[in-house]
Amino acid sequence: MKGILKIAYKLLVNDKGKFAALLVGITFAVFLMVMMTSMFSGILHRSSATVLNVGAKVWVMDPAINTPANNIPMPDYVLDAVRSINGVTYAVPLYSGGALVKLRSGAYQSVTVIGLDDSSLYGRPELLEGQIEDIYGENAFIVVKDAEFPKLQNPRVGTEFEINDHRGVIVGIARVTTSGLFGVPTLYTTYNRALQYIPSTRFTTAFILIEPKNTTAIPYIKQQVKALGYEALTKDEFIQKTSRFYKYQTGVGTNVLIMTVISFIVGLCISGQTFYTFILENLERFGALKAIGAKGRELVYMILFQASFASLAGFGLGIGLACLLITVARLRMPSYAAMTTYTDIGLAFIMVLIIAGISSYIGVRKVLKIEPFDIFRG
Amino acid sequence: MAELAMQATALVKWFGEGDARTVAVQGVSFDARFGEMLFIEGPSGSGKTTLLSLISGILRPNEGTVMVEGRDIWSMTSDRIADFRLNKVGFVFQDYHLFPRLTTVENVAIPLILKKNDWDKSIDEAMEYLEIVGIKDRALLPPVKLSGGEQQRVAIARAIASHPDILIFDEPTASLDGETGRKILDFVKKNILTDKRCIIVVTHDNRIFEYADRIMTMEDGRVIGFEQGGGREE
Repeated sequence: MKGILKIAYKLLVNDKGKFAALLVGITFAVFLMVMMTSMFSGILHRSSATVLNVGAKVWVMDPAINTPANNIPMPDYVLDAVRSINGVTYAVPLYSGGALVKLRSGAYQSVTVIGLDDSSLYGRPELLEGQIEDIYGENAFIVVKDAEFPKLQNPRVGTEFEINDHRGVIVGIARVTTSGLFGVPTLYTTYNRALQYIPSTRFTTAFILIEPKNTTAIPYIKQQVKALGYEALTKDEFIQKTSRFYKYQTGVGTNVLIMTVISFIVGLCISGQTFYTFILENLERFGALKAIGAKGRELVYMILFQASFASLAGFGLGIGLACLLITVARLRMPSYAAMTTYTDIGLAFIMVLIIAGISSYIGVRKVLKIEPFDIFRG
Repeated sequence: MAELAMQATALVKWFGEGDARTVAVQGVSFDARFGEMLFIEGPSGSGKTTLLSLISGILRPNEGTVMVEGRDIWSMTSDRIADFRLNKVGFVFQDYHLFPRLTTVENVAIPLILKKNDWDKSIDEAMEYLEIVGIKDRALLPPVKLSGGEQQRVAIARAIASHPDILIFDEPTASLDGETGRKILDFVKKNILTDKRCIIVVTHDNRIFEYADRIMTMEDGRVIGFEQGGGREE
């Protein structure tokens, strides 16, 4: 069998024009599919940045909240009620809101402000510079050094700014695992300072973060929170809810799906057409092979091998090209959101298998129909 | 008398049904013997190529038998018939049907590879056949770089590579000038024909009849006569 496949390989790759056209078609299709799905993965990942960075196990929120960026403040009694639920080790409030800062240059910049519980600082980021206790200092803020950091003109510890006519000072520089989606820098401060500095509504608690006694306590906590008229979600559930929102309620998911399907159809058309032409050009030779003594299944193996080889080579090139472009783009634009996941690669692989399958089917049908007698007749 | 290589009895083949039915071969019986070159000649449309396909396991007859080694080849399964073609019959097609994307030696090695031989071993053996047909120095060129006569030799080398008992030539001189055609037939007669091999040539080129041991003439799907060829040593 190896010999037959080697013949198939040589027939394919030695026809350089056709092979190149096949590779280009499949590579292009895979590249587009992976780019599309990677961008979407990146968006989904970043949309849950606050959830990932704060890291609380259970989040309490208004049921209408779809993403961590939404903010429907809850009254203070909810915090007390949650703290009294059996199975809650502790519960703390989290402030999350937007603000405008005036930099020393006079420029204004939107920021996201995260207010951590004053007593526990639960959900605090890892500091690169400064001490966490400095957050209790006068006007203290910690800035996150992520892709958006330069928008604050690369502040250092001690850099001052204005926030809603209050003086702010950077006391620490932190890093987080995931940058946000909306391209604005993030400042951490204490919950009370956030309320004090930023204009607030009557209710102020964006989220309540819960540390459950154990995982078996979570269903009961969720039930009790629901009875209060609110929703408790685990970290993963909140990430999934955010993903569902972007997938099904924003149009982003539909657009990405349409583009991915178009990429697939383009790839299928190019490779299917090229492979069909390749088979047609070699049809007489396949007939000659049949006449010489090749069995039908051996010809099927040859075609399957050719289609699979071209598809997998194109798949590898497409993935490589997409990853290279994303890497280069990230080097040039740190806020570039694309992120290639195993799911994206798996999806592209399935699409490529379908392309290979359809191309093979077209070829196999044609080759199995050729009669060696036609070779004699010329 | 030499042993029978193949015996065809009462072969009938038609195409189409009803009013559209065309009978291509009508009750043809003949045999071919080891050590002989049997020419089948006749005008276009006389059924030569169809007959060739019937006796070589390519086209199933509607009636009749083709006995090889005491067995009707058309009683076998399709896989066994494919094996029969691979092991017992060598084909030299009119248009050669060489693979332009493979080298000359790889083209010759195809039957050996189909026999599940190792690639390198097949290539080595194919080189020996190229040496027999005198174009070993062209082994690594693609067939399109060879002349018509050289391509014919490649096709012959490919046909004999599987050690067939029956070698079938379809219009071997159709694409060659007269002198090259005669050279090829002369070469085949002297080097390829053996006591353990039978060569059947379909042609309507009477310039090469001198190489035939027997000539079978066909017309309208029937055999209308046999005659001794110029190659028969009395």
